[in-house]
Amino acid sequence: MNYNVDKDGFYGEFGGAFIPEMLYHNVNELKEKYLGIIESDEFQKEFKHLLKDYVGRPTPLYFAKRLSEKYNTNIYLKREDLNHTGAHKVNNTVGQILLAQHLGKSRIIAETGAGQHGVATATVCALMGLECIVYMGEVDIKSQAPNVARMKMLGAEVRAATSGSKTLKDATNEAIRDWINNPEDTYYLIGSVVGPHPYPDMVARFQSIISEEMKYQLKEKTGKDSPDKIIACVGGGSNAAGAFYHYLDNEQVELIAVEADGLGVDSGKTAATTQVGTEGIIHGSKTLLMQNEEGQITEPYSISAGLDYPGVGPLHAHLFKSGRGTFLGATDQEALSAAYQLTKLEGIIPALESAHALAALDKINLKPTDCIVVNLSGRGDKDLETYIKML
Amino acid sequence: MNRIERIFKEKQNILNIYVTAGFPSLNDTVEIVLELEKNGVDMVEIGMPFSDPMADGPTIQNSSEQAIKNGITLNLIFEQIEQIRKTVSIPIVMMGYYNQVLHYGDVAFFEKAKAVGVDGFILPDLPLKTYQEKYKNLLNNLGLDCIFLITPQTPDERIKLIDSESSGFLYVVSSYSITGSKNDIQQGQVDYFKRIKALDLTNPKLIGFGISNKATFNTACEYAEGAIIGSAFIKELEKSNNIKETVKTFINGVKE
Ligand SMILES: Cc1ncc(COP(=O)(O)O)c(C=O)c1O
Repeated sequence: MNYNVDKDGFYGEFGGAFIPEMLYHNVNELKEKYLGIIESDEFQKEFKHLLKDYVGRPTPLYFAKRLSEKYNTNIYLKREDLNHTGAHKVNNTVGQILLAQHLGKSRIIAETGAGQHGVATATVCALMGLECIVYMGEVDIKSQAPNVARMKMLGAEVRAATSGSKTLKDATNEAIRDWINNPEDTYYLIGSVVGPHPYPDMVARFQSIISEEMKYQLKEKTGKDSPDKIIACVGGGSNAAGAFYHYLDNEQVELIAVEADGLGVDSGKTAATTQVGTEGIIHGSKTLLMQNEEGQITEPYSISAGLDYPGVGPLHAHLFKSGRGTFLGATDQEALSAAYQLTKLEGIIPALESAHALAALDKINLKPTDCIVVNLSGRGDKDLETYIKML
Repeated sequence: MNRIERIFKEKQNILNIYVTAGFPSLNDTVEIVLELEKNGVDMVEIGMPFSDPMADGPTIQNSSEQAIKNGITLNLIFEQIEQIRKTVSIPIVMMGYYNQVLHYGDVAFFEKAKAVGVDGFILPDLPLKTYQEKYKNLLNNLGLDCIFLITPQTPDERIKLIDSESSGFLYVVSSYSITGSKNDIQQGQVDYFKRIKALDLTNPKLIGFGISNKATFNTACEYAEGAIIGSAFIKELEKSNNIKETVKTFINGVKE
């Protein structure tokens, strides 16, 4: 089985570029040029340099001793929370901003839900001196005030998406519309492994630094470059794609993707796309998505805004359907408990998204000899208000 | 010869009006289309409301949201078209997004549309390649047209490819824009219309996006076989308390 993207942009039957003609030119230009640019020595040199000196990579692979004792196994945390801006998102924005510069684009647009990707985009735009416009659902703008303020301080313009449900998917629609209206100078900087080809593959490549480092760090620490299991949360799926990337073809490694069950898979208030979703097209990609009997895309729910997306990237739809990935879910409550537990045992406050990955430790069989990596995609500063309120 | 081919043979300066199914009220669409035909409209495009219409502007999106709230479904749209076809003879094109077609069941969707009297489709996010591989034969056999968009950024070679692969007419997107964005026609657009006219394409062309009144309609007709009006008409429907009057006034204003 092949888990990488094919030349038409498909992962098995998922992916592709289902876009209106107005976007064809831009998406096609990206498709023709992205590999040539990002595989060039010049690009790689710049990218690796920024990841090291600006983002602070490599991020540590930390053996979580007390957490391991609690589960009677060996748990390593891949510390993406220690990146500049507090999450894995910046790996992708650094990569895409360099690409946008190579393409000669001067205006950057992005969508954001909780504001993490918006902040990571505004950050690299400030770094490069580029105009930045971030679309954000009106509802999210109200609930994520600190990130809105950060984006503004970084010089970005935050535009409210007032259509539909006024959340992430609507912000994405607005960003796409902006791109349609400004095809020549504008680059659309997508925040996860979603959207039309080549975005899912491109974002996965930028995030693959996570598993690239994991390999040699594991080797150093355990003598073996692969773990038994890798656990990551899935919103659109970019941190999971990065953590799985270099192990996709190594079937000895179990890849565990954790979605947000919200109030429960059957509650109607969930973001567990692979559990309640069906095949269809969202934001230009054929994948699994949450939709009603009329094919209208429905509103997801999770306590964690970063997992609150009604689709998953096409790579994950393929991992799910082919059985290569194990897909689990964690409810709001389970994620909260896992976050409080990590804080007490290790002195690390995880992002609510990452807490979903931690919660999966309670749901799988763990052997004392197992080597487990949990991708700690982000830090919990942005979620403190929720943590304090729910304590 | 299907209804679309025939209308382009028989008439010039084709006026195609877009209506969102189920808007402003759930069951208004039948009356609106009847009145459009009565007032001399040559073709109608019936929009299938979608939750995430990425090629549409705020006016059409709002009307879609309203229609979904009103309870519109694909089956209801088919019923309404069946009803319309009892008296209406102008071509009917359905416009919507590929997810809706897939979800209904693609083959079943096209067959059902044919059965109720639809003549063609505009599915902006259906890739040309997918159409060629999966639907071209089916639609040809059913005598249905699949209409594709071209934009100012579409290179001549691709325009020719789209022209040779599609049927019915070419939907010439007037500018860099989502539906309903702009209000007049600029020199750059005229150059683009001229470039397309000079290509000598097989299919007739209708210019859409930003056509809103008599002046823009007339300009469009200089360079193409006609034009499509969407948002400007939907805006009138939003304000309307008498569909007959609204349709009459609007269409007379454009055509005279
Ligand atoms: C810390 C963190 N983890 C995970 C996610 C989910 O995104 P993805 O599934 O693309 O990694 C987000 C999104 O905002 C995030 O901020």
